[in-house]
Amino acid sequence: MSWKRIWAMFKARNYEFFRDKAAFGWNFLFPFLIIAGFGIIFGGRDYSGFKVGVFPSAAVPVSFADTTLPQKFISTEHIEFVGFKTFGEGLEKLKHHKIDFLVKLDSPTRQYWLLESSPKGYIVERLFQAGLIPDGVGYGEKVEVQGGEIRYIDWLFPGILAMNMMFSALWGVGYIIVRYRKNGVLKRLKATPLTAFEYLTAQAMSRIFLLVFTLVVVWLGSDLLFSFHVAGSYLDLLIVFVFGSLSLTSIGLLLAARGISEEFTSGALNFIAWPMMFLSEVWFSLEGAPQWVKTFSQVLPLTHLLQAARKIMNDGATLADVSGECFIMLATTLFCLMLGAALFSWND
Amino acid sequence: MLEVKNLIKRYKAVDAVNDISFSIPRGICFGLLGPNGAGKTTALEVIEDIIPPTGGEVLYNGAHRTSSFREEVGIQFQHTTLLNFMTVRETLATFHSLYQQTESIEHLVDICRLDDIQGQMNNKISGGQAQRLMLALALINKPKLIFLDEPSTGLDPQARRYLWEIIRNIKENGKTIILTTHSMDEAEYLCDEIAIMDHGKIIAQGSPADLIEQYCEGGTISLPRDNVKIHLAKLPYSYREVNGRIEIMPDKVNTGLEKLLAMQIDLAGMMVHSPNLEDVFLNLTGRTLRD
Repeated sequence: MSWKRIWAMFKARNYEFFRDKAAFGWNFLFPFLIIAGFGIIFGGRDYSGFKVGVFPSAAVPVSFADTTLPQKFISTEHIEFVGFKTFGEGLEKLKHHKIDFLVKLDSPTRQYWLLESSPKGYIVERLFQAGLIPDGVGYGEKVEVQGGEIRYIDWLFPGILAMNMMFSALWGVGYIIVRYRKNGVLKRLKATPLTAFEYLTAQAMSRIFLLVFTLVVVWLGSDLLFSFHVAGSYLDLLIVFVFGSLSLTSIGLLLAARGISEEFTSGALNFIAWPMMFLSEVWFSLEGAPQWVKTFSQVLPLTHLLQAARKIMNDGATLADVSGECFIMLATTLFCLMLGAALFSWND
Repeated sequence: MLEVKNLIKRYKAVDAVNDISFSIPRGICFGLLGPNGAGKTTALEVIEDIIPPTGGEVLYNGAHRTSSFREEVGIQFQHTTLLNFMTVRETLATFHSLYQQTESIEHLVDICRLDDIQGQMNNKISGGQAQRLMLALALINKPKLIFLDEPSTGLDPQARRYLWEIIRNIKENGKTIILTTHSMDEAEYLCDEIAIMDHGKIIAQGSPADLIEQYCEGGTISLPRDNVKIHLAKLPYSYREVNGRIEIMPDKVNTGLEKLLAMQIDLAGMMVHSPNLEDVFLNLTGRTLRD
C-alpha cells in the first residue's frame, strides 16, 4: 500500500469538492436552512399543538365575545383556534385533516364535529368535554418538573446533521464512483499502479474529512443562532460523528462497488436513504411504534449514530456509555469496506 | 518485448478477438489497423491487462505480466474523461504521484506542448489539447512500452499532424509503441509494422511496404466514368466505381495504360496512384477501411 498514491487521490477528490461551488454551497446551506427553519417555526419547542376550527367567525384572531364555548376550553394552552365563515368551509378543512376539531361558536347545545379516525380529534374532544366540568376536587395532584427540559431543536439538531451526513456520504461516494466508472475515469486510474484498496481508502478518507469539516462549520454557524446545549464532551461527540461518517461512507462504497447505471444507483441509494431517514429517529421518536419497526431500525447505522449523539449531547453520556453504538458503527464499516473492496470493479 | 499468443476475447456469442498472435520487438511502432468494430480496442485492452482474456496469453519481456507491468507501461485510451475541477498541471501532478519512476512534469509539458494550457481546467481544453494531455499522462512514468488507442480520432487535420509529430519524436527516443487506428495515413506515417484486423482476426501482418507489395501488385488508374462507360464490359482488368470515377487495377501501370490506349479510351482527366494500405484492406476483404 502506498500512502503517496492515497494522498494524491485524497487531494484530487477534495479539489473537486471544494471547487464545485454549487455542490459545496449546498452541503453547507441545506442543513443550515433546515435547522434555521425548524428553529424559527417551532421556536425551539416541540410541535404538538391542536387546531380547532370555529364558525361562524370572520375575525382574525377569532373573537369569543358571544360564544357558548366553555372558557376553560378556550384558554387551554397548545390549542390554536382557526375561524371559518361557514360550516361548509370548516367541514372541508376537517375532512382534509387541516384541523383536528370543528365547533360552532354560538350553538346552545355546543355542537361539534370530528373525524372518528383522528387521534388528535379524540384528544381535543376530551379536552372540550373536560372544559364543561366545573372546577373542583378530584383533579389529581400536580407536581411540576423544573428545568432539565430539552428543546425540540436540541433533540432535532443531531438528526439533521446526521441526515446531511448520510446523504453526503451515500451520494458523494456511491453516485460519484459510479459516474467515474461510467465515464472512464476509473479505467484510466486502473491503468496506473493504484490499487482498488488504495483508491477506496482515499475516497473514504476524503469523504470523512469533508463530512467532519461540514459538520463543524454547520455546527458553529447554527450554534450562533440557537446556542445548542451539549451536556457531554464535544470530543466524544466528534468521535461518534467520525464513526458515523465511516459507517455511512462504507455503505456508499459498497453500493458503488459495481455498475455503471447512475439511474439504478440513484434508486438504490434512495432505497437505503429513505428508510434510514424515517426509521432512525431523525425527525421523530419511534416510541410507540410497532416492535418490528424498532427492531428493524437497530439494523441501520444512522440509528446508532443518532442514539449515541443524542445521549452525549442531551444526556451527558460518555464514550464508554455509547460503546455499544460505536461498536455497531465500526462493525458496519468493516463489513461494508471488506465486501466493497472484494466486489469492486474498475470497469463495467 | 511483447508476445501475444492465441489471444481470444469472447462476449457471449461474439468473438471480439479471435485467436490472434504476434510479437513486437523493442523500439518499433506496431499498428493494429482495421475498420471500426474489428476488435482492435478489445485486443489492446486485453494486452494492457485492463480486461481479462477468454483464452491465450500475453508475455511481457518473456514472462507473464506482474504488478510491475503497470509501472512500466503507458496507456492512452480512446475514450477517457479526466477528473473534474482540476487543472492540466494538477492532473499531471496527480498522476505523477501514482508512479515510482517518473518523468519531470516540465519535460512532459514541453514535449507535449502543454505550456499554454497548464492552468486551465480539464473540461475547458479543446479535443486536441486533451489528446496531448492524455499522451503526456501516458508518458509520465517513463514507460518502456506505450499503448495508444486511436490517438488522433476526432482531431482536425492540423491537430492530427501535430500529434503525429509528437508520437514520432517519442519513437525516435527508442520507445516501443503499439497503436490502433483505422486511418491508413496514420498507420503509414507512424508504424514500422502493421497487423490488419477484421472480425477479430489478423488477416495480414508486415511492414507497410511489404503488405503493399504482397497484396497490391500494380497501381490504380482512375478515369472519369464517361470516358470508359462504353468499354467497361471489355476491360481486361478488375475495376471499381468510386465517386463517379472508374478505378482500374492493372497488374502493371505501364501495360495497363498501353491497353487502354489500344482500346482508344480517352485518357483526359486521368489520375494514377500507387497502392496503399487502403488498397491492401480492399483486396483482402472487398471492403474499405471506412465501411
